[in-house]
Amino acid sequence: MRYAMVIDTLKCVGCSDCVVACQTENNVPIGYCRDWITETVNGAYPNIELELKSERCNHCENAPCVRCCPTGASHIIDGGIVLVTPNECIGCGACIESCPYDARYQHPDGYVDKCTFCHHRLEKGQLPACVSVCPTKCMYFGDLDNPNSEVSKLLKNRKYKTLAPEAGTKPHVYYLI
Amino acid sequence: MSTSRRKFIKISALGLGGVVASTSALNFVGSKSYLNELVAQNVIKKLKKTATYCEVCFWKCAAWTYSDEQGNIKKIIGNETDPHCYGRLCPRGTGGVGMYSDEDRLKTPLIRTIVDGEETFKEVSWDEALDLIASKFKQIKSSYGAESIALLKHGSPGKHLEHLFKAFGSDTIAEPAYAQCRGAREAGFALTYGSWVGSPEPTDIRDTKCLVLIGSHIGENMHNTQVQEMSEAIDNGATIITVDPRFSTAASKSKHWLAIKPATDIALMLAWMNVLIEEGLYDEDYVKRYTTGFNELKDHVLNFTPEWAYGITTIKPEEIRKTARAMANAAPSVIVHPGRHVSWYGDDTQRARTVAILNALLGSWGRRGGFYFKESIKVPKFPSPKYPHPKWDWKNICEKYPMAQMGITTEVIRAAIPNKENKYPVKAMMVAGTNITKSIPEKELLEKAMNEMEFIVVMDTMPMDVTGYADVVLPECTYLERYDGIRSATNRTPSIAVRVPAVQPKYNSKPGWWVAKQIGERLGLGDYFNYNDYKEVIEWQLEQMGTSLEEMNKIGVKHYPRKSGPLYLKEGENYEFPTESGKIELYSKELKNLGFDPLPNYTKHPEPPQGFYRLNYGRAPMHTFSRTANNPNLNDLKSENNLWVNPKVARIIGLRNGQEVWLRNQDKITSTFGIKVRVTERVRWDSVYMVHGFGHDNKKLSRAFGKGINDTQMISKTMVDPIMGGTGMRGNFVEILTEDPHKTLEV
Amino acid sequence: MQEELFTSGRNIPNIDPSLEVWHWPISVYLFLGGLAAGILLFAGVITILGKDKEYPTTVKYASMVPPIALTLGLLALVYDLTNPLYTWQLYTTIRLESPMSWGAWVLLVTTPLSFLWVFSYFSELFPKWNLRFDFLKTFMKFLKRNRKNMAYALVPLSIILGVYTGILLSAFNARPLWNNAILGPLFLTSGLSTGAATIILLAKTAKERHLFSKIDLALIIIELGLIVHMLMGMYAGSQVQLDAMNLLIGGEFTLMFFGFVVILGLIIPGILEALEIKGYKVPVAIPAILVLIGGLIFRFVMVEAGQLTRYLY
Ligand SMILES: Nc1nc2c(c(=O)[nH]1)N[C@H]1C(S)=C(S)[C@@H](COP(=O)(O)OP(=O)(O)OC[C@H]3O[C@@H](n4cnc5c(=O)[nH]c(N)nc54)[C@H](O)[C@@H]3O)O[C@H]1N2
Ligand SMILES: Nc1nc2c(c(=O)[nH]1)N[C@H]1C(S)=C(S)[C@@H](COP(=O)(O)OP(=O)(O)OC[C@H]3O[C@@H](n4cnc5c(=O)[nH]c(N)nc54)[C@H](O)[C@@H]3O)O[C@H]1N2
Ligand code: SF4
Ligand code: SF4
Ligand code: SF4
Ligand code: SF4
Ligand code: SF4
Ligand SMILES: [Mo]
Repeated sequence: MRYAMVIDTLKCVGCSDCVVACQTENNVPIGYCRDWITETVNGAYPNIELELKSERCNHCENAPCVRCCPTGASHIIDGGIVLVTPNECIGCGACIESCPYDARYQHPDGYVDKCTFCHHRLEKGQLPACVSVCPTKCMYFGDLDNPNSEVSKLLKNRKYKTLAPEAGTKPHVYYLI
Repeated sequence: MSTSRRKFIKISALGLGGVVASTSALNFVGSKSYLNELVAQNVIKKLKKTATYCEVCFWKCAAWTYSDEQGNIKKIIGNETDPHCYGRLCPRGTGGVGMYSDEDRLKTPLIRTIVDGEETFKEVSWDEALDLIASKFKQIKSSYGAESIALLKHGSPGKHLEHLFKAFGSDTIAEPAYAQCRGAREAGFALTYGSWVGSPEPTDIRDTKCLVLIGSHIGENMHNTQVQEMSEAIDNGATIITVDPRFSTAASKSKHWLAIKPATDIALMLAWMNVLIEEGLYDEDYVKRYTTGFNELKDHVLNFTPEWAYGITTIKPEEIRKTARAMANAAPSVIVHPGRHVSWYGDDTQRARTVAILNALLGSWGRRGGFYFKESIKVPKFPSPKYPHPKWDWKNICEKYPMAQMGITTEVIRAAIPNKENKYPVKAMMVAGTNITKSIPEKELLEKAMNEMEFIVVMDTMPMDVTGYADVVLPECTYLERYDGIRSATNRTPSIAVRVPAVQPKYNSKPGWWVAKQIGERLGLGDYFNYNDYKEVIEWQLEQMGTSLEEMNKIGVKHYPRKSGPLYLKEGENYEFPTESGKIELYSKELKNLGFDPLPNYTKHPEPPQGFYRLNYGRAPMHTFSRTANNPNLNDLKSENNLWVNPKVARIIGLRNGQEVWLRNQDKITSTFGIKVRVTERVRWDSVYMVHGFGHDNKKLSRAFGKGINDTQMISKTMVDPIMGGTGMRGNFVEILTEDPHKTLEV
Repeated sequence: MQEELFTSGRNIPNIDPSLEVWHWPISVYLFLGGLAAGILLFAGVITILGKDKEYPTTVKYASMVPPIALTLGLLALVYDLTNPLYTWQLYTTIRLESPMSWGAWVLLVTTPLSFLWVFSYFSELFPKWNLRFDFLKTFMKFLKRNRKNMAYALVPLSIILGVYTGILLSAFNARPLWNNAILGPLFLTSGLSTGAATIILLAKTAKERHLFSKIDLALIIIELGLIVHMLMGMYAGSQVQLDAMNLLIGGEFTLMFFGFVVILGLIIPGILEALEIKGYKVPVAIPAILVLIGGLIFRFVMVEAGQLTRYLY
């Protein structure tokens, strides 16, 4: 089992529904976020390209945040999901400094928080909150080890990229381009 | 006659009554033990599901409100079976929790009073507020007639008050969704097809092969089904053509983006017609069978060649031809989208007519992938006495505009300004669910009218700018805390949805239906409100419709079979359109008789003078007009608007990204607040762009106050559509000030 | 024109743009750790070489600094944790991949050892104070006998500690300014240099002062070499590393870095020390204090600037 998220940049409209949905689903305090939207504009009027992307923790296979965590609070569970155990987190910030995607933040309660791939929903057979609300259905979620999953098929048939591949983190969030 | 007696005051000037207790202070007490369980609990809690439909915009998506045992609303999730959302709300709907949790909400009724010679608000009981309203209404009715009390409304609370007003004898009613929004489109399509486009638009985007968006910025305009279906269309490989002077999100998803010069759309569309007809690409059979006036149209567009349009629109003739052919290729599965907010340049009904005619040439009305035949189910009216017949109403006020099919807000407001010729004077007003200081341009007119009126009641959920004009402010609870009318909208198949309160109203707020009933009873109209709880009305109606509140609580949305026939025209079917001729009227005799162009013409509109830029505005996907600017969840996503400026302009004026600037328009109106510059290639060099709904002027809105510029403030000039009275708002020009014009000189 | 922006979520002050989760205590902690490592290393080496009688400041007086520095450093570190009550979680596991983890363990061993070291000199340091309890006296004697053994432990531990203060940062791939092989040796050298400067400050004899001036001068030269090497490495690197380098040589940290760290903290004290060694009369406190201040500012610059650098994608 290797969970992955595939996001189609050709359909994302940057509406940020995924951001609010994550906030209400996971009690992310106002002023913080586990996912966010970036906008990249290239070219000159009227020859312009625009890319909108929903970003979050990439649940890296080679996760520097897990390696540098001194207490083991950051860890990887089945399916390759990178999690933080709040109880074990001392809030040293090492993982925040180690993440090339700036995907983590210090929760006002002291521990470090980030996207969990909504594993509490996965356990119930539901999709992650952000995926389940996206009005353009541009987010897909599934198992990379299953060649018949939607995500595997999309990655087989479409052009895609990952973010900052040079960081060597082997992200599990893919962007169709 | 009273002199100018009403000073604009803000609720922040709360003079009497106790300071409203802060609820958040408590949150700091309590243990801060960070245990895994605490975190886990947050997400596993058993939540209660309550059916509702969203009120953050007027798409009215059906949803489930999830609340915990303590009565906190945790999340709102779309109803899977609802054709407005298919289980997926837009960001504003998802962030609807913030409408409820916003600690800046109106908490208790307020009455304008004078303390130490200063006008201010005092907190009062509901009884005191309602008694005052009833006595004022009675007094005004006896002096001028009930007709002179006008209602400006929008959204669900409007329905209840409309009932109250009609029972009282006033049909002097208007809403900004007509003259400031889709009125011109409805007029244009009614003239052509005999029926309104309506909401939700019956555009079959899901199955289309070619979607043409003229200004409609779907993706920023988050009307849910349209966004969802546009995405499906992208998956299906549909060709999207976007005509927009700004590189909108939709433009970035389009195969063809036509970067049109603002205000020249009619020329482009005339040229498209020219190509379709000259190249024989139009749907000949459809045109012959269903339309009248083709020959007149053909002659009319003969000279409107792409070369002609190029000089006007700056779009190259090849591009015009290419896109016209793309549409024809896809026809009849093509949609030239009618748009929605269409009050742009004053010739908007004619522009809507152009869109309508173009669709007829392509044969898309009543075709799969074009426009389907919509249907809704009628909700039976709860028994109540007949309304009295008012001596005059909004129609009289708006009689200058022959095709006005709903009240024109600006005209109703104008009727409050004393004028010897004015036979229909408005003396008092109730405003509910519309922030007229932001939604209706021409602030000067508004202020004059407000000053003249003898009594103003505002019912809102938030201390919005509009409350500053009120004599009485009524706090309505949010849609998550109340019953409202049954939603029955036009769709592919009919369906209904209910709104049930998920929690008790917060603070001392009350549902709109309750307010209407209370005022009604005080006015001796008890017979019209023959129920204790609006729930009874819904229960009765649902029973008539073969269901029950109990069932609806479980399903939220109920579907009914179509009765009006198939979604699309059958091959070769004879179909009568509800126009006078029974046909699609390409050439409009009706317009001709009224003295207007029977076929649309391009008219040149003023261009920005040297040093000025056209003020363009639109939507941000995470906000609805001005109503969400203070919503904690949505404000978190976007807390202010920016001024989009082309890099060329930035270079000339010397603007940096993030720099604060102020605006002054052609009428020397200066923006109250500043706005941060966004230097971007996405906007043309002759215009600047901002998202509508920011620049709030009431300090009580702790998050939204002073953030960004209110575009409406800069729209002091409107170009009124002579056919239906719409207020064109895109003809204002602004200059960019780099120094704060409000800085007081220090000696 | 290229434009990159956060449409939503990240343009909020709690998270972006600077992502500063490490504040001044971390810089102080790194400074004190390096300084303590320096002194302990010198004390250990001199003891092992059997020269402890010739260099009393190093083994005795200056050695009173490390226990204090390490304690303050640890306090600073804990102060910057957002969940300080859970600090004990550091000692429920050893995670070799995490510099933070083995740093915590090294400190756990080194700090008590530095206390014991000072305690072994108690009667010499505080001749007027009499230890009240006999068992303490016995313990002190025991320690005195085992000083050499302690020194054998201190040498590797202090090297690890010194390197750790650099590795802690350089292990972060995600911060281009930190992520280079030079930072570890650089911090070690700088730590040793501040240790030597402390000894110079406290030294009572010209001989001891002279030796450490020489040592410090050598360290300063190595440090300058390492800095040049580091910048060259970044110059040859990718865009993100170039951006990082620019923060130091052509950005908001340039004055701090070149003015205070390189010139005032290295070159000038280096020249002064060289003059002193040549026999000119130089008040030795001046270069020593400059080195200490330079070392502290160097850590501030690296911690602050490093957090500003990020990957582009
Ligand atoms: N997120 C969100 N969505 C909403 C709403 C909201 O408040 N927030 N409101 C809803 C409502 S009630 C409405 S009416 C709709 C409005 O949504 P639309 O009908 O889509 O909006 P418009 O204001 O007509 O169009 C705005 C676009 O027109 C472009 N434009 C400006 N001038 C011209 C011109 O001369 N020619 C052309 N071709 N384009 C031009 C602008 O650049 C901008 O991209 O949105 C609905 N959806
Ligand atoms: N400059 C400019 N003007 C415009 C537009 C534009 O794009 N630019 N757009 C136009 C269009 S398309 C439209 S449709 C109109 C929309 O115009 P409005 O409907 O007036 O829009 P809002 O600014 O959202 O104001 C809604 C008001 O209702 C309140 N409210 C929200 N929910 C409730 C409720 O449940 N009960 C009560 N009682 N009040 C509630 C809000 O607090 C707010 O004060 O604006 C039009 N005007
Ligand atoms: S919800 Fe979907 S469309 Fe909207 S920003 Fe997120 S990924 Fe993009
Ligand atoms: S994205 Fe960042 S936080 Fe997530 S696994 Fe990768 S390194 Fe860790
Ligand atoms: S902040 Fe918490 S999760 Fe992150 S490295 Fe430190 S202990 Fe581990
Ligand atoms: S997967 Fe869950 S936790 Fe991660 S961004 Fe989406 S909603 Fe948030
Ligand atoms: S489109 Fe969005 S805001 Fe409008 S009703 Fe639907 S969910 Fe609510
Ligand atoms: Mo609208």
